[in-house]
Amino acid sequence: MPITEKIRGYRQPAPGTQPEYLHAAYISSVKRAPTKPLVAIPQTLSEITGPQFSTNEIGPAITDLTRQHQQSPMGERIIVAGRVLDEDDRPVRRTLVELWQANAAGRYLHPLDQHDAPLDPNFTGFGSALTDDEGRYRFVTIKPGCYPWRNHNNAWRPAHIHFSLFGPAFATRLVTQMYFPGDPLLASDPIFNCTADADARQRLIARFDWDATIPETALGYRFDIILRGREQTPMEHRD
Amino acid sequence: MSPQATTSQTVGPFFRIGLDRLNCAELAAHDVLGQRIVLEGRVLDGDGVPVPDAVIEIWQANSLGKYDHPEDLQDKPTHSGFKGYGRVATDDEGRFCFRTIKPGPVPGPSGATQAPHLVVSVLMRGLLKRLVTRIYFPGDAEQANDSVLGLVSAERRPTLIAREGLANKGSLRWDIILQGPQETVFFDF
Repeated sequence: MPITEKIRGYRQPAPGTQPEYLHAAYISSVKRAPTKPLVAIPQTLSEITGPQFSTNEIGPAITDLTRQHQQSPMGERIIVAGRVLDEDDRPVRRTLVELWQANAAGRYLHPLDQHDAPLDPNFTGFGSALTDDEGRYRFVTIKPGCYPWRNHNNAWRPAHIHFSLFGPAFATRLVTQMYFPGDPLLASDPIFNCTADADARQRLIARFDWDATIPETALGYRFDIILRGREQTPMEHRD
Repeated sequence: MSPQATTSQTVGPFFRIGLDRLNCAELAAHDVLGQRIVLEGRVLDGDGVPVPDAVIEIWQANSLGKYDHPEDLQDKPTHSGFKGYGRVATDDEGRFCFRTIKPGPVPGPSGATQAPHLVVSVLMRGLLKRLVTRIYFPGDAEQANDSVLGLVSAERRPTLIAREGLANKGSLRWDIILQGPQETVFFDF
């Protein structure tokens, strides 16, 4: 008897909530975005599985980016905390969250970053941890600086922190950026503005959070991350 | 209203900070069962210029066609020393290289079997969301009935199939061409 494979796939995004590949205002997309239409395929076992990481494999969690060196880094210490959920509001448990960012002066610890701002010998700018059983994560870091880039005349990136997540499947892989409330550079940033849906853009901005703020120590920001949810019913795969 | 998935944003040019920690170009420990392969290629942009800041991730089944994942319910063993995940960055000339084992065939839709393949994520500055593609292997008869390859036009199908490399046995070549007549097939699902 043939095995009927009941695949419950992951949902397509709501219209306008994800960027198109070609976004002319973002110059780097012009020569790198595909020009032919994507080929729509069914989700199979290859797409609904994906790498799951344990502490053994990823090494000890790095959740305090201000204590990786002998002294404290320069800058405004902050807490960034939130939950990783799916589109049904269910926590994504024990999933890997990686983040990386510039230092307080707006410089990355990377050989290709030639911005004329100082490196900070006490700041690497990388964190990595698994969410807990409620999907929660929490990092202590410093607020990254804004920095210039060459996309257009007098272009500056708003302050942001990069996030990378895997979730339960190959289909749920997500890389995004978190922004800060009230940043005047958001309005003119082609990367932040790449998505048609204004509410989706606003969800990339962390919320200032008194509950996460530690008196006399650090301001708290809340940033929840939503991964693709499951289809309600298995896809039609007949024998 | 239920929440909507967070908007994707580019990885930017500085992905490699610390993320090297998870990088893995050798997917299989030396005693893992299977046919050894070396998969080499380049990433080229719309001007044919090598992309020096791309990150390529792959995910694959073991040589028996079993994924190391709780939703793979096939009655087959996983292999210790083989997870099936790889991540590498391209070098200054846009090159990347993985060493792994050839995966076995895995179940597909309608009780059919999929030809052996790897699934691939491509991330880089300039891509606001990842590109997804697949790598198949030269000469596999199962490709004639593969449910995914069957959705790709015959003239574009070769972009998904690695070629025999010039070097040793098991050496395979597969390039990622972002634009143009030879543009790699990318998927949506």
